[in-house]
Amino acid sequence: MFSADRMPTSEDSLVSIETEPTPPNLPRPASLTALFWAISGIALQGFGGVLAVVQRELVEKKQWLTTEEFVEDWAVSQIMPGPNVVNLALIIGDRYFGWRGALVALAGMLTFPLFVVMALTIGLAGIGHLPAVQGALRGMGAVSAGLIAGTGIRLVPALRSNAMGTLACTLIAGLVFIAIAFLRVPLAWTLLGIGLPAFFWALHRIRTLSTGPKELV
Amino acid sequence: MNGFGYGNLLDLLGCFVTLSLLSVGGAITTVPEMHRYLVAQNPWLTDSQFSASIALAQAAPGPNVLFVAVLGWNVGMASGGGPANGPLPWALASAAMAVSMVGIIIPSTTLTFFAARWGQRNRERAEVRAFKQSMAPVVIALLVATGWLLTASHGNLQQAPLLWMLTIASALLVWKTRIHLLWLIGAGALMGALGLV
Repeated sequence: MFSADRMPTSEDSLVSIETEPTPPNLPRPASLTALFWAISGIALQGFGGVLAVVQRELVEKKQWLTTEEFVEDWAVSQIMPGPNVVNLALIIGDRYFGWRGALVALAGMLTFPLFVVMALTIGLAGIGHLPAVQGALRGMGAVSAGLIAGTGIRLVPALRSNAMGTLACTLIAGLVFIAIAFLRVPLAWTLLGIGLPAFFWALHRIRTLSTGPKELV
Repeated sequence: MNGFGYGNLLDLLGCFVTLSLLSVGGAITTVPEMHRYLVAQNPWLTDSQFSASIALAQAAPGPNVLFVAVLGWNVGMASGGGPANGPLPWALASAAMAVSMVGIIIPSTTLTFFAARWGQRNRERAEVRAFKQSMAPVVIALLVATGWLLTASHGNLQQAPLLWMLTIASALLVWKTRIHLLWLIGAGALMGALGLV
């Protein structure tokens, strides 16, 4: 089993991780129908945030995605316009069944939740003027505002490894917050005025870092 | 009656199509823009109708982009004088809801579909990495600003101190704990129904 001239080294283990073949029978959705019901089930469990449910169901339970694939897809979903979890479902559907999978995942994410939210809207319309209902919606609104802000704060650690550097990230985030929350600058102008310079700064930093070490030494 | 009619469906579509393409970080980040268009610029929704629509969709399961369906529905419903005024408001509400959802979903998902395929093939390119890195602080700040604006629509810290405290408390709990979000939404509903906030 062992050959004396072949001792395992750390390089071996690195190579073996990188070249480890994908297991042939990775779990995947059996059909478009299975994909539709899986995504529908996830969407209907997601009160106030579907992302956590997507991770638990697709990565941990069904294992359709590895954690690495999930993080990568989520990054794309987040930087593209549109609802993040809808984008994520679209990308996952596309991976397994091409454009048909993307459409089915989209339908799964939206169909049943749309029925539920419209039923709630219509059901509450007749009693919407009652002070208790208005108070409840007001309280829920305050909480959901906090959920959105809190989710944002929770993502801050992701900036630590940002190529632009901590100072630039703090500056950019601060400027965007002031522009939107206090000055009420339209989003398009905010993205053009702050996002575009940020993009070029990031591009500059990435290019410097990739050629940098030799010059810096 | 808010002056909204079938002739405005195209305006509504145009508004949501534009915002769909700008909604980096989720449709929720364009809430300030929707508020500007539906409440401030046009007389289609009142402040309280606007934030109640968002709160209701947040309370329901599913992606929070569905608040757009509720906004569209309420714009149409309010134009006909409410659900008790015969079929007109119902038809207009359905049309406005469909137009709003199509407008907010189709452009961004189409773009994402092709961009994800392109990005997957070019993920090592400096431009792709720079876009991801530069958008990170922007998206985070937009989320916090959105939370701020939603609460600010009820009044400032002096006018609605308890509401602000509820928002800040739930932001802290989401940030620091893994508590199920449904408990927080439920607690907010209960406190509101009892008139505490």
